[in-house]
Amino acid sequence: MSTALTPILTKFWDHPQSWTLPTYEDNEGYQGLRKALGMSQAELVTMTKESGLRGRGGAGFPTGMKWGFLPPPDGGPRYLVVNADESEPGTCKDTPLMMAAPHFLIEGMAITSYAIGCTHAFIYLRGEIVHVYRRLMRAVEEAYAAGYLGKDILGSGFDLDITVHAGAGAYICGEETALLDSLEGRRGQPRLKPPFPAVAGLYARPTVVNNVESIASVPPILLHGSDWFKGMGTEKSTGFGIFSLSGHVTRPGQYEAPLGITLRELLDMAGGMRGGKDLKFWTPGGSSTPLLTHEHLDVPLDFESVGAAGSMLGTRALQLFDTTTCVVRAVERWTDFYKHESCGKCTPCREGTWWLAQILDRLEHGPAGAASEADFDKLLDLCDNILGRSFCALADGATSPITSSLQYFRDEFRDHLSVDGCPFDRDASSYFAETSATKESASA
Amino acid sequence: MSASHGNDLSAPQAAAGHLTVSQESRAPYPAGVEAQLRADAALVIARYPIARSALLPLLHLVQSIDGYVSGRGIALCADLLDLETAEVSGVATFYTQYKRHPNGEFTVGVCTNTLCAIMGGDLIWESVSQHLGIGHDETTADGKITLERVECNAACDYAPVVMTNWEFFDNQTPESTTRLVDDLRAGRTVRPTRGPSRVCSFKQVSRVLAGFPDGLADEGVGAGPASLEGLAIARARGWRAPGGDGAHASQSPDASAAGERGGLTAGRTSSTDTPTNAPDEAPGEATSDTAKTKEAGL
Repeated sequence: MSTALTPILTKFWDHPQSWTLPTYEDNEGYQGLRKALGMSQAELVTMTKESGLRGRGGAGFPTGMKWGFLPPPDGGPRYLVVNADESEPGTCKDTPLMMAAPHFLIEGMAITSYAIGCTHAFIYLRGEIVHVYRRLMRAVEEAYAAGYLGKDILGSGFDLDITVHAGAGAYICGEETALLDSLEGRRGQPRLKPPFPAVAGLYARPTVVNNVESIASVPPILLHGSDWFKGMGTEKSTGFGIFSLSGHVTRPGQYEAPLGITLRELLDMAGGMRGGKDLKFWTPGGSSTPLLTHEHLDVPLDFESVGAAGSMLGTRALQLFDTTTCVVRAVERWTDFYKHESCGKCTPCREGTWWLAQILDRLEHGPAGAASEADFDKLLDLCDNILGRSFCALADGATSPITSSLQYFRDEFRDHLSVDGCPFDRDASSYFAETSATKESASA
Repeated sequence: MSASHGNDLSAPQAAAGHLTVSQESRAPYPAGVEAQLRADAALVIARYPIARSALLPLLHLVQSIDGYVSGRGIALCADLLDLETAEVSGVATFYTQYKRHPNGEFTVGVCTNTLCAIMGGDLIWESVSQHLGIGHDETTADGKITLERVECNAACDYAPVVMTNWEFFDNQTPESTTRLVDDLRAGRTVRPTRGPSRVCSFKQVSRVLAGFPDGLADEGVGAGPASLEGLAIARARGWRAPGGDGAHASQSPDASAAGERGGLTAGRTSSTDTPTNAPDEAPGEATSDTAKTKEAGL
């Protein structure tokens, strides 16, 4: 029997005014906050721990435990910062969530802030999605007007202000400590940990940094209980999540499902691969998670199973590529991305990504003979000297596509040695390859 | 951006990698402009417990006036936040949305990260670059369009994606993108796939990014068709989250039809499509009640 989808955060996205406060209130909106304000802070943290909710931003760290790491109150400020910098290649779940139903996030922030003793919370949104910024600012404005934010929220005596902050284009700011530096008005470069943000985060004060989808999942958990949440998913990867299918699939899009669903099940719902072609390789959770192949269609998409298969669940950004796609081309482009986005703080990442890009460039674009088989070992040697040798996970992520593609597709790398450029036809893999006449832009 | 593709190499980009602070960009602001900037900046700074946090929005604010990060804008930010100009420049050069030379009225960004590139972004890039005769981070002679290769913009289920002043243009083709830039250059109103009723100018959008709402939040769709694929299937098959089916589970009775329509035509395509106010409308000039409310809520 196939796993059923579980529309919770996506439940009313098709409402013509899905983003407004009245629509949200018609869908249990802010009932979780009312309930939370009648509970103790400790109860809220315990409930979130018991739900098993793990960070939806990629790393999968238990959310309740993160809250619990804050030191006891010392009378000074404590902060909640929502990471809305969604920039991992392939990841496209938080953006539609904030555009279609921003109040899930606002209510989740109010509950979380109450639980951790925060009175000023921040959303750090990437600056390149301006309509999402409009929607968030509007949602915050509506919540203030309705008394869900501001002073003495719903008569509870709890105060909360939310500032929605737009970044300015930098992948690295999705890393939580780089995000904090950026929010402090600096270049977004990661900090050495420890101290962790829970101890010294924003303005060196105790800070919780959580992903959008993690925080948005809090109101439904509060309303329906941690057992309800644990009733979905697997034992160690509880609950639901938004799975984003993109690439050579018949119906790309957002599929909200229990963790542990398989790609085979999701692909079946999405109409299979485009044009009946075969799946060649895919990322389970963005470009920083090692590639998988058609052999992994039945791997349950939960943190443990994907890890056991040699990759990571990451952000559930399922980028699917069919047999028309050159894996070297894909990997070379991702490597360009990491090179471009390396913040330059750590030498192995700053220098290493440039070296990787040079080798891949001559493989993919150079004339016959420009690269040699020895370059494959050089790539792996470079990866070995980058992985785990920098402050943050950007460097590690840069090695994932290279090591995994060499593991599964070394022959295809070899095929590039004796030809000028790339042996694949770029046109064949495009979205408009076969039906350019019928698939014109909706923006005409 | 990589220098290994297309016309990036041949492009004379003197400013690449450095913040150009030309002599004319140091010319002082007219008194009225500076007074308004300082008044706006005070509102921005007030949002944060520590003033320096306002630097990113203030740089967006500078771009809303100058169309790029000018020397005088850097000096103003440094003065407002008690920083050295070198510290402000150091931040401005870190982030790709801050422009180092005067930007066109419209930034057209073609996503050429892996997924979009393979889905056709490379072909779109090549055709539009050739059509306009400019490369990455270059501007057409009429000052209308600055072309960019952009990284993943979180819309992969709509690949290939083109951003225009940071609004979504989904499922693009070389033909549609060429038409888009032609329309922009001709001054015709252009409507994003998911966004407000028209694309605003670079300066107007920069003001929004500084945290000043333009009243357009209620325009456009809540979700595009791809965002609704899973929901449509769940409705068609009667799937609901366990116990989470409260009082409002079926508030959209006709939604299952979206699954049958499939493809790019599914989903709600319009909502509040009437512009709520002009993007340039300043506080006090508001002509609609909605706009007045928004300004008050700022």
